[in-house]
Amino acid sequence: MTYFLQQLINGLSLGAIYGLIAIGYTMVYGIIGMINFAHGEIYMIGAFIALIAFMLLGLIGVTWVPFALVLVLVAAMFFAAIYGWTLERVAYRPLRGAPRLAPLISAIGMSIFLQNYVQLVQGARLKPLAPVVTGGVKIAEADGFVVHLSNIQIFILVVTVGLMALFAYLIARTALGRAQRACQQDLTMAALLGVNIDRTISLTFVIGAALAAVAGMMVTLYYGVIDFYIGFLAGIKAFTAAVLGGIGSLPGAVLGGLILGVIEVFWSAYFSIEYKDVAAYSILVLVLIFRPTGLLGKPETEKV
Amino acid sequence: MTDAALAVPRRVFDLPALLKEAAVAAVVALALAFPLVGFETVTAGDDRALRVNYRFDWVLIGAAAVFLGRLALGLARAAWRPQAAVSASFARIGASPAFNTWIGLGAVAFAIVLPFLPFSNRYIVDTGTTLLIYVMLGWGLNIVVGLAGLLDLGYVAFYAVGAYSYALLATTYDLSFWICLPLAGLLAATAGVILGFPVLRLRGDYLAIVTLGFGEMIRIILLNWTSLSNGPNGVSNVPRPSFFGYPFTNSPREGETAFHELFGIDYASIHRIVFLYYLILALALITNFFTLRVRKLPIGRAWEALREDEIACRSLGINPTNTKLTAFGIGAMFGGFAGSFFATRQGFVSPESFTFIESATILAIVVLGGMGSQIGVVAAAAVLTLLPEFGREFAQYRMVLFGLAMVAIMVWRPRGLLAFREPTIRLNPAKARGP
Repeated sequence: MTYFLQQLINGLSLGAIYGLIAIGYTMVYGIIGMINFAHGEIYMIGAFIALIAFMLLGLIGVTWVPFALVLVLVAAMFFAAIYGWTLERVAYRPLRGAPRLAPLISAIGMSIFLQNYVQLVQGARLKPLAPVVTGGVKIAEADGFVVHLSNIQIFILVVTVGLMALFAYLIARTALGRAQRACQQDLTMAALLGVNIDRTISLTFVIGAALAAVAGMMVTLYYGVIDFYIGFLAGIKAFTAAVLGGIGSLPGAVLGGLILGVIEVFWSAYFSIEYKDVAAYSILVLVLIFRPTGLLGKPETEKV
Repeated sequence: MTDAALAVPRRVFDLPALLKEAAVAAVVALALAFPLVGFETVTAGDDRALRVNYRFDWVLIGAAAVFLGRLALGLARAAWRPQAAVSASFARIGASPAFNTWIGLGAVAFAIVLPFLPFSNRYIVDTGTTLLIYVMLGWGLNIVVGLAGLLDLGYVAFYAVGAYSYALLATTYDLSFWICLPLAGLLAATAGVILGFPVLRLRGDYLAIVTLGFGEMIRIILLNWTSLSNGPNGVSNVPRPSFFGYPFTNSPREGETAFHELFGIDYASIHRIVFLYYLILALALITNFFTLRVRKLPIGRAWEALREDEIACRSLGINPTNTKLTAFGIGAMFGGFAGSFFATRQGFVSPESFTFIESATILAIVVLGGMGSQIGVVAAAAVLTLLPEFGREFAQYRMVLFGLAMVAIMVWRPRGLLAFREPTIRLNPAKARGP
């Protein structure tokens, strides 16, 4: 039972990271109906910016951890958001209205580009970061097995929940959220009614990139080691999470992320660690076969 | 042309606006480059700890380059509007079927004589072989994506199944290449049908992500099922192909006749390279011929009809699942053929050869070429395989340029390089051909 609880905590922490990335996928898909393949790379770039920011703060001598965390969070979100904005501007905006596959190929090209760009400017080696947040709390103990909730996990869960709340508010209450929901329903009609769709789409990419950067920063803290290749797998997992939860649905993305994280961790803990990715994909296939719109997605009616 | 005349006259030469645009681009580039280029993380020193180097000069150079590049692009656009002229010439390449046929025949004739041309050497023939593998994969995937309209991001899985089928059958049971080739195709097609059966009901993008998942799953299984596939070490000593039973070696085994003895010529290692080249040329042409013919058969027409409108097809009594399944299976079969050729050419297979990037490259070939266009596939395969070859001197910039080229081609020609596709069937030829 204690082992189970421990794995559940680990799974939720991982799932929160997937959920943050998945929001970017699901928002973009909801509005312009394309898979933003390069989103995983934005997450990787966020992780690198966070790593560099931590090291610079260490050089300057900022040692008070909460202050450093906030600074890094802001820096990673800010710079990754610029990457997200540029990505949309360069690779996707010229292709709006093009055949459906064109933006997908452009996105794959951007993904290859960003991955190799980071490899070029930062090197291909693994980048280790000395632990920044240490310690934790003991939750339960039985049969000599201690259930441990580390401070990083607390940080991950708290920040995720906080951002979700902020985000839910943004979507439900602000003008931007309203514009986004309008674009999601009908892009042309929204444009006719005076919604600035270019701006709305740009901001969607900016928000998605900022959230992915938060996920990247957390992964840097959580695992303490990153390289230029982490974006690919995380991107696919997060997209899986978005599909699992029902693409286009924001709570669905988070739910899908949490479920995927928990399944992956349990699979590694109880079965085999080699096949954890296979397990994740199998879940995806099963969900799509039996519930093609995902867990929280709205059923789509086919019209002639 | 009336559209162009009615449109607001384009600003002819608005230098301040261009400068402003370029300045904005440079500022953005500065912000992009500052964190990632400005600071380099390196592991150095005795303790192998991570340290930071500063490279702000690079950031400034990069931003200046972006400023100049954006300015040049803006000036070029204002001074010269290439789109119309270039599009017209590209459209002509595709538009006339007779012209198409001549281009195709010319390309095939060139491919046949290539190894005997005076300038040709081992490197050229080898590169030609690589190119033809991608052409064949592109044509195979074109059946799935271009004809049937199914977005497959995991095509490399079938390539892998074909390669491993040949490698394992040949090393374990000592079967010859010519027996393994159809077997590999059959196994790949079976894999295609098995994988396709549960997922083909899904709509486009879901299908894409599921096929991507399958592609990765097959790679992970090959990586971890060590007793079958020898894991990350791969299968080595895969037998080389023989010329219908006459091996390409200098010292044939007892009772065997080598290729050069059969023809009474001196042994040269290039013989095998040239033979492999012709082998893949033949396989690729078979794929092409099959596609061209099948488009005229009921099943090919059903594929194209299904791509255009699934509901209409269903109401006309076409079974969408079976139709899609045949496209998926046949596409997989050609992937399997290409895979077994790959295995016999390399003499070694490992999961590393079958990553997602391969699937993406093959899909990019199909889409960049203009979906469904057979000549377009050749053009796109040439761009995407020869570009990295030319880029060998800047090995480390190779993939960066590759990614950028994919984006640039797509932005420049969203419908693909040769986008025109001749309708397979016309209901009223006389009327439809009118002006």
